[in-house]
Amino acid sequence: MPSQRTYDAIVVGAGHNGLINGAYLAKSGLNTLILERRHLVGGAAITEELHPGFQFTTFSYALSHIRPEIIHELDLVEHGFMPLLMESLLAPMENGDYLLLGQDEQRNITEIRRHSKHDADAYQQFTHDVAMVVRAIKPLLDSIPPNIVSKEPEELVRMAALAQHMRDLPPRVIHNAVRLLMGSAADFLDDYFESEILKASIASSGIIGSKVGPRSQGSGLVLLFMAVGEHDGDQGAWAFHKGGNGGFTQVLATAARAFGAEIAVESPVDTVTTDNGRATGVVLADGTEIEAGIVVSSLDPRRTFLELVDPRELPSDLVESINRMKFQGTSAKVNFALDGLPTFPALADRGPEPYRGFINLGPTIDYLERAFDDAKYGWFSKRPYLDSCIQSTIDPDMAPPGKHVMSNFVQYTPFELKGSDWDTERENLGDTVQAVIEGFFPGFGDLVLHREVVTPLDIERTLGLTEGNIYAGEFLAPQMYFFRPAPGWNQYRTPIAGYYQCGSGTHPGGCVMGGPGRLAASQIIGDLEAAE
Amino acid sequence: MYRTTPFYERTSVLNKTGLWAHWSGYLSAAQYQLSEKFEYFAVRNSAGVYDTSPLYKYSIRGRDAEKFLSGVLARDIRKCRPGRAQYTIWCDDDGFVIEDGVINRLSATEFMLSAAEPNLAYFQGLVGYEEVEIEDVSDSIASFAFQGPLSRRILSAISPDVDKLGYFHLTETKIGGSPVTVSRTGYTGDLGYEIWSPADEALGVWDAVFEASEGYGVVPFGETALLMTRIEAGLLLIGADFRPSRFAWTDADKSTPLELGFGWMFRSIETESRPFIGREAIRNELSNGSRWRLIGLVLDWQSWDDVYGRAGHVPPKDHTPLAEETMLYKDEEQVGFATSWMYSPMVQRHIAIAQVRPELAALGTEVSFEVTIDHHLDYVKARVTRMPFYDPPHKTA
Repeated sequence: MPSQRTYDAIVVGAGHNGLINGAYLAKSGLNTLILERRHLVGGAAITEELHPGFQFTTFSYALSHIRPEIIHELDLVEHGFMPLLMESLLAPMENGDYLLLGQDEQRNITEIRRHSKHDADAYQQFTHDVAMVVRAIKPLLDSIPPNIVSKEPEELVRMAALAQHMRDLPPRVIHNAVRLLMGSAADFLDDYFESEILKASIASSGIIGSKVGPRSQGSGLVLLFMAVGEHDGDQGAWAFHKGGNGGFTQVLATAARAFGAEIAVESPVDTVTTDNGRATGVVLADGTEIEAGIVVSSLDPRRTFLELVDPRELPSDLVESINRMKFQGTSAKVNFALDGLPTFPALADRGPEPYRGFINLGPTIDYLERAFDDAKYGWFSKRPYLDSCIQSTIDPDMAPPGKHVMSNFVQYTPFELKGSDWDTERENLGDTVQAVIEGFFPGFGDLVLHREVVTPLDIERTLGLTEGNIYAGEFLAPQMYFFRPAPGWNQYRTPIAGYYQCGSGTHPGGCVMGGPGRLAASQIIGDLEAAE
Repeated sequence: MYRTTPFYERTSVLNKTGLWAHWSGYLSAAQYQLSEKFEYFAVRNSAGVYDTSPLYKYSIRGRDAEKFLSGVLARDIRKCRPGRAQYTIWCDDDGFVIEDGVINRLSATEFMLSAAEPNLAYFQGLVGYEEVEIEDVSDSIASFAFQGPLSRRILSAISPDVDKLGYFHLTETKIGGSPVTVSRTGYTGDLGYEIWSPADEALGVWDAVFEASEGYGVVPFGETALLMTRIEAGLLLIGADFRPSRFAWTDADKSTPLELGFGWMFRSIETESRPFIGREAIRNELSNGSRWRLIGLVLDWQSWDDVYGRAGHVPPKDHTPLAEETMLYKDEEQVGFATSWMYSPMVQRHIAIAQVRPELAALGTEVSFEVTIDHHLDYVKARVTRMPFYDPPHKTA
């Protein structure tokens, strides 16, 4: 329970954005309380011992997008920040061959040449082209976007700065950016590559968490979003935080507390209280009232606008936008405790090295697109795409010696099933996923000690993410930047004075990025300074 | 042909990259696996094995061994009891550092000194009429370092003596049936040990450690990962951070112990009468001041990003250590030089081992660090900081 009845600021939800926002607010000198409904902090970024000795990243499972500024500004290194490199991408093929890319660029080229001589330098060109686009858009990720419906001089200046930034970009970079933002991952990749396994293993980034197939317009945007992260300056590289993403959010919680923030778990917020269009605090589910002039919701836009406050207090066009916002959760997780290391037959003599990164089970564009087809018609994929990691090969403390944990991100698993529901289909999904893994890793089933199936319904129930959408609002062009979560409300403010939003449903969006939490804090602190 | 160490039968199979460095005439793995950074993280998060056999090893024994060493080594060996190890240096008459090394005191009259460069002629030339025998045992003793936070748990399972072994203590024990000395020493700044065994029994010891390591994510690590860890640990490297004074052309190319941060070795120099080589010069330097002072530098992340961002580059964060001198400036005047630097994955900043004018050595002092971008020089802000840069509690606990 919170120790006081009055704070300067209350943050609703202790996911990574709530923790980051609360840490920044506390750092600025505000007496800050972070309230979490569950018994542990972290939101979707948690690690749980669901089988004795085995640590599971139940939901979110890797780290790349976290803004480097946050690491420095919140002194995360002093609090135990430890991102361990995920060094490779293993993409098994149905004919028993594979593509294995890693840290050694020259070796990657020889590996790609094994599949297509043409694609070797094409891969270098692709990587460079995407990196140029990423460099161009990164400043947009780290700043508050302009409000396009505002005529305020400050906003016109912001628009002008954006136009200036665009004008300074080389035409090729602008065109590639538009091709990615508007087009499909498959089309973009077809312009570079002929190798199916190479295309598929890159295109799979374009469908993560999204109800799009690799050939759908919009998958390019998701592909680009997955490329904007980094590990130690290496663009697009991923890390596994020590102890999983739960280990990372523990670091955030420690940092927030070190700045003076108070965190209360098992403290569900029922409503945000308002008085005459101003936020005045919150009421907990047990009726406890806590006062604060600043209330920040890190929940998704539906809950922020339609549940925590009375939507009738809000402009109807905002309510309409939020109602129209697409969530359509389409991803699941199936996590395993394993008695030993699964083996891909062609790499049987290589030990754990090939598995110390991502394992991409989705060997062709057709495979991915067919997996999507099932979802379009209301069912989970008969042969789902899996983004898998055997995380105990990277951090041995995740499992007892010689044992392993395996995280499998699964697509497609539409939130709404036609003619059934997820409580009925949960284990069927688990079996389907296990069968896919068994196909690539014969004998896998014999290793399974424990299986955990997390459906979109479980994501919604456990975390409160609407329809189980992992981004708190899909990554669709009409829901990004100017429009995230709604036109005119993309700057973390709400129509209720003192009530702010800082979740992944705001710019720059989801993944364990922290941009929303940080930028919202800067908006709040700026507003407070302006008011003084 | 380059020589191979007693562990080559294992390391040659484990080294999947074909990348070997040359170290004291031996092949020494630069990197075993495709990602040297994974090897580095194994040391920081589980444990790693590094073949240190190419070190020169000298057995120094006899009735006068302690007396001899107390006069040759700058740090007082008399304070190192049997069963302990000591990091030490030896200097010339002018108070310049010849080299550094670690000495294991096996008994009242038996020592083993390990060093990166050959020193037998130098030491033997100083024996005189004392009853001391110095023997080069480099070829007969194999050694490897076993470093990382899980190293104690793994090693004590096969050698229970290790469990309670204190920092810089050593024990004579058995691993894989072979007699070994285990010292709690290393060059990574982490919890870790070095295991010294007869060369002809080396493989059994290695195998026993790897067998005990099964399932813990332990990997062998190469020179690149080692150099990353040693910079984070603030440990100096001969040839990079200083040069042996015996072979320097000029005094400017030599370093004194005080310049290299070893002043702590001489806290009681004025109250003790122990004669040792370089003593008077060091005393003089203590009263008259030094040319340089060793410092740690952390580069300002924002300044680094700004400098590279202005030039249109994605700011590089390369963890591969660079052993090149980089100039440091204050108010456009050159005030020092960095000798080793890299991007540290644990510190999440660029870090450098450097020397500056003594008046600029205070913690927090800002200097400019020179970088080359697109054929021009630019300057990144850097601040003097405490070393080690990475100093986990388990290192000494």
